Amino acid sequence: MSVSERLHPGLNLAGTDPEAHEAAEEVMFGFWIFLMSDLVLFAVLFATYAAMSVQGIADGPRPAEVFDLTAAFVETLLLLLSSFAFGFAMLAMKYRESGRGVLAWLLVTGVLGAAFVGMELHDYYVMVTAHGAPPQASGFLSAYYLLTGTHALHVSSGLVWMAVMAVQISVMGLNTTVKLRLMRLALFWHMLDVVWIAIFTFVYLFGVVS
Amino acid sequence: MSWELIFGQLKWSSLVFTGAIENPSLSEFIASGAGTVAVLGAVASVILLTVKGWWVPLWRDWLTSVDHKKVGIMYIVIALVMFARAVIEAALMRAQQLSAYDSTGFLSADHFGQLFSTHGTIMIFFVAMPFITGLMNYVMPLQIGARDVSFPLLNAISLMLTLAGAILMMVSLVVGQFSTGGWTAYPPFTGIQFNPGEGVDYWIWAVSLGSIGSTLTGLNFAVTIYKKRCPGMTLFRMPLFTWTTLCTSILMIFAMAPLTAATAMLALDRYAGFHFFTNGQGGNMMNYANLFWLFGHPEVYILILPAFGVWSEVVATFSSKRIYGYTSLVYATMCIAVLSFAVWLHHFFTMGQSANVNAFFGIATMVIGVPTGVKVYDWLLTMVGGRIRFSTPMLFHINFLLTFILGGMTGVLLANPSVDFQVHNTLFLVAHFHNMIIPGVLFGMFAAVQFWFPKVFGFRLHEGLGRASFWCFAPGFLLAFFPLYWLGMMGATRRTYMWADPDYLPWFALAMAGAALILAGFTLMVVQIVVSVRRRAQLAAPLGDPWDGRTLEWAIPSPTPEWNFAVIPQVVSRDAFYEAKKAGHAYRSPVAYEDIEVPRNTATAPLIGLFACAWAFGLVWHIWWLVAVSFLMMWAVVIVRSFETDTTETIPAEAVKAANEAFLAAARAAPGVSREREMTSDNRGKALPEGLESLSGPVSSGAAVEVLS
Ligand code: HEM
Ligand SMILES: [Cu+2]
Repeated sequence: MSVSERLHPGLNLAGTDPEAHEAAEEVMFGFWIFLMSDLVLFAVLFATYAAMSVQGIADGPRPAEVFDLTAAFVETLLLLLSSFAFGFAMLAMKYRESGRGVLAWLLVTGVLGAAFVGMELHDYYVMVTAHGAPPQASGFLSAYYLLTGTHALHVSSGLVWMAVMAVQISVMGLNTTVKLRLMRLALFWHMLDVVWIAIFTFVYLFGVVS
Repeated sequence: MSWELIFGQLKWSSLVFTGAIENPSLSEFIASGAGTVAVLGAVASVILLTVKGWWVPLWRDWLTSVDHKKVGIMYIVIALVMFARAVIEAALMRAQQLSAYDSTGFLSADHFGQLFSTHGTIMIFFVAMPFITGLMNYVMPLQIGARDVSFPLLNAISLMLTLAGAILMMVSLVVGQFSTGGWTAYPPFTGIQFNPGEGVDYWIWAVSLGSIGSTLTGLNFAVTIYKKRCPGMTLFRMPLFTWTTLCTSILMIFAMAPLTAATAMLALDRYAGFHFFTNGQGGNMMNYANLFWLFGHPEVYILILPAFGVWSEVVATFSSKRIYGYTSLVYATMCIAVLSFAVWLHHFFTMGQSANVNAFFGIATMVIGVPTGVKVYDWLLTMVGGRIRFSTPMLFHINFLLTFILGGMTGVLLANPSVDFQVHNTLFLVAHFHNMIIPGVLFGMFAAVQFWFPKVFGFRLHEGLGRASFWCFAPGFLLAFFPLYWLGMMGATRRTYMWADPDYLPWFALAMAGAALILAGFTLMVVQIVVSVRRRAQLAAPLGDPWDGRTLEWAIPSPTPEWNFAVIPQVVSRDAFYEAKKAGHAYRSPVAYEDIEVPRNTATAPLIGLFACAWAFGLVWHIWWLVAVSFLMMWAVVIVRSFETDTTETIPAEAVKAANEAFLAAARAAPGVSREREMTSDNRGKALPEGLESLSGPVSSGAAVEVLS
């Protein structure tokens, strides 16, 4: 089998470097599998939340009483926009080979991501202070904080990763290693987006409707 | 600064020895004795390493190594050390139960509770898991003709996380108490309300470290098998052990996450007052039961599938026959892997779900018997018409077939909810799962050690002592566990430290005798290894193929060179090496050699392990500064490593060529050994293939393996 036949879609690091392609194939495949195992974790947390948000209310508040749909919607927009910005970073990497372009778009991504985390923290603050709804109040709230908190933790580690990558781009330039790491970070970031959409739908929308 | 800020909840009285002073009793003396043994063991190791000057080689050649072979060996060493502890604990429990007829025996109830909790936890997470992981590490890349696993550093990190968990288990012997919640740690008993001490926290963090390590291993091995097979090695040409490794890896990827989630939630309940599994405020322990067994049931297949792989290799090799029903074995493995996720609920038939749900899961459980039965028939039919050599691995295999079937049948009984209601929580269950896991997994791993030892170290194990240990293990197992079926049916409950029914006494006595025999078997195994090391010159088999092996790993010298294969092989069939021998292609020189790039050793993994261990210890004792510092350090190590650019080194083609040509020349020149003489010192590792003795002598040169361009 020639190298080009074994390419995965979207792995075009640079036109014609078979070795980089081969390195990419294994590393990216591995990362997809990692994401899959991470998704299993999220699936388990979703299942827990699904059970707890119905049967774990006890005498605590109900979902509709504590969720702020507007805030969640803004957060969704922030995260989607950040993914969009990351897309531009990857385009800059692939077509312009421009470290500066990548850095600039990463900065935009990072700021949007940080705003997302900030807003979530603010949500938590409001829930605890205004609604008397800390995670200790009921099983439902425990599950809520764990699910969204795990997601927020992922986003935060994505931000740290981004900062490290920014330094690496500046120090090492856009070499193959750095490119591969950026591609994995991109996948990670997009997956968090997907997970958030599920959270927005099942936690916030369903929660407010029911 | 206050004591608490620095040491958290650690106190002088946390040391196990203080118990014996403050409150002298046999139970406490045994606990301190165990603690003393742990401390003395650690001190003795330090002294030995210092006196022999082994610190540097230990660090340079082992701990910092990312070579999958060394990683594999280290896993198995961990497994054997931990087995020594857990099997002694098992014997202690047996002794207690024997002495506790109508009295309290010599152990306190709490001490007994810790014993079955550490025994179960260690046996599953720190004996069985590292054993299979170590074996897969060593053997699988060789079987697929690869130079390495896909992510060598990640592999070393998995090892170090597992080691960190094992160390935490050992520390719990000396500092503080372990959980009394069993290996399953069901809340609310393990919640903060009923279990305020550090015991459950030890369980949580030791198990979490192990399970994160296993997730990473699963990921790594699945990618390795998908991406690193040598040319020609299609999926359906893979050796069966590799197949079972693949299925196990996939199970690991899916099954460890629910465990991680469950331990995290239990930790949040305990540390932060959350309400996942508490009695009040909407907590629900059934969520725990579901999450735990969503991991726990696949876990037993994670353990048994690699052992099935071992049995397939062993039975084919020692019957001198191709495995019967290769394809059906592969499909059976896949079926078992998938079905293993559909039965978890049989672990709590009695906990209140509807009859229909129970019926569904009961039937699903019984269905697993079908592919397993297929496998048993395939193994039997492999032997039919074969030329069987009753060497130690084969003895273990035959013993496995006989006893595993009995265990399987008791499993089908338990899968029937109405039967399960009768024997639930009795020793019947204990008998059943030991009946599966000891002949299946543990003996499978012992057989694997006997089988692959010459590959790993270049010399065979002493056969006589191997058989002697088998003849302790096999009847020891029967004696130790078959009485428990009777006891269970008489109503003896599990995890009980005292009892009053005189009818139990003879059965407990038999079980005790069995445990003693098992201990003797283990001792003989250690003696076997020591004796074999001493006589390694006589037992040497450097030419790599002492058993007339069939798969690629036997085509290379023993011990395996750092680069595994001098030239990546090209295969055209199953049983690639055997086919090459048959066609007269074995031991031919390749056309050309190339430089080989291997990953450099690095301190990254041991440092991560060290900080992970410190982090977990800090969490157990609420030493928050330690938690914060070690967590940051752990990630600092990762980040610093990511700036490292010079991570590989090159072995020049000349060096590879010199070593490999010397091996090939020696192999060609060697006379070869027939199957009758394979246990004699004539066996230098060049087997004369069964039925092909006429092909002995030097073979013509030429390329057996093509160099890839
Ligand atoms: C080799 C000899 C072994 C002996 C003599 C032995 C003996 C025992 C005993 C006496 C118990 C306590 C039963 C009770 O609670 O009443 C026990 C429990 C257990 N054993 Fe073993 N065992 C052995 C090997 C193994 C192995 C190889 C494994 C797994 C790899 C294992 C896993 C367990 C587990 C999971 C439990 C349940 C602990 C709990 O109740 O939480 N054992 N064993
Ligand atoms: Cu099960």
